[in-house]
Amino acid sequence: MEDQGTRDEVAAGWRIVFPACAAVVPLGLALGVLVVQSGLAWWWAPVLAAVVFAGSMEFLLVGLLAAAAPLAQIAVSTLLVNFRHVFYALSFPLHRVTGGGWKAYSTFALTDEAYALTATPESVRWSRARIISIQAFFHLVWVSCVLAGAGLGMLIPPQIVGLDFAVTALFVVLGIEAYKVRRSLPVPALALGCAILAVLISRENMLLIAMGLFVAALICSRFLTVRRRRLA
Amino acid sequence: MPDQWYILSGILVAAAVTWGLRAIPFAMLAPLRESELLAYLEQRMPVGIMVILAAYTLRDTDPALITSVGPTALALGLTIGVQLWRGNMLLSIFAGTAVYVILASVAAASG
Repeated sequence: MEDQGTRDEVAAGWRIVFPACAAVVPLGLALGVLVVQSGLAWWWAPVLAAVVFAGSMEFLLVGLLAAAAPLAQIAVSTLLVNFRHVFYALSFPLHRVTGGGWKAYSTFALTDEAYALTATPESVRWSRARIISIQAFFHLVWVSCVLAGAGLGMLIPPQIVGLDFAVTALFVVLGIEAYKVRRSLPVPALALGCAILAVLISRENMLLIAMGLFVAALICSRFLTVRRRRLA
Repeated sequence: MPDQWYILSGILVAAAVTWGLRAIPFAMLAPLRESELLAYLEQRMPVGIMVILAAYTLRDTDPALITSVGPTALALGLTIGVQLWRGNMLLSIFAGTAVYVILASVAAASG
């Protein structure tokens, strides 16, 4: 009877993750197209999708790899772009995923979507089979879509240019959604200022310079407000 | 085309950092809950990082060249406008990219 129970849990996982899978199909296709258009071999597309498995970072990574960016720049960019994942540990039901190997996979595949789908009060009682199947189905669909996108990318004639604007649009849209959390303009304005300053300092290294300036400025502002509160 | 070993190393570096960010916090949940600095950064970092990434993808736009800055400005405005209007990520990305591809392809063909 345990097999039947596991099968039910896997089916339940699929029902939970299905809407998220449908939603990422266009993004996966776009990533595959981008890999091919950036001049990387088509088979890097599924490798990238399977091994990194962090949507927006993968889009950025394609550009970094195509530009032959230094590995240190890739590491620091990944750290800052994916820093939000640190907080997913606070609510993700990893205690339900027993066994070292399963725990390793579950943390590896802790995407924004996996976090969002398990951020419900009921998830603290979900079975390992259900949690892992949510993550694994999403992983499988993502890699398949990116692979299909790479195939699609090879069909696009070279006269069509500018598809990489999808990456800009993705970051702009994610930025607008992140803005809605606080609806405060000084922070995005500060970031834009850091980006412009960084381009003026060095176009080549603008990403690291801008992110470094921005995080440093945030930490400074934090310490200044704490000190002001203490003095007051 | 970049060297295959370099691409593999880049992918592994990004994967290792991502996995670290996802797995290590489970070993330090208590200090994570208590850190006010982390909570402060968590609220403010995402919007700023996205602004910087968007700017990074546009770093080679030439402000003096109308065929470079024109399509970018129009597509950017459309993406932001559609996102504020409908709040549908895929629609905004699709609309902005479609307009950019048409304008940039026409500019490339005629220039």
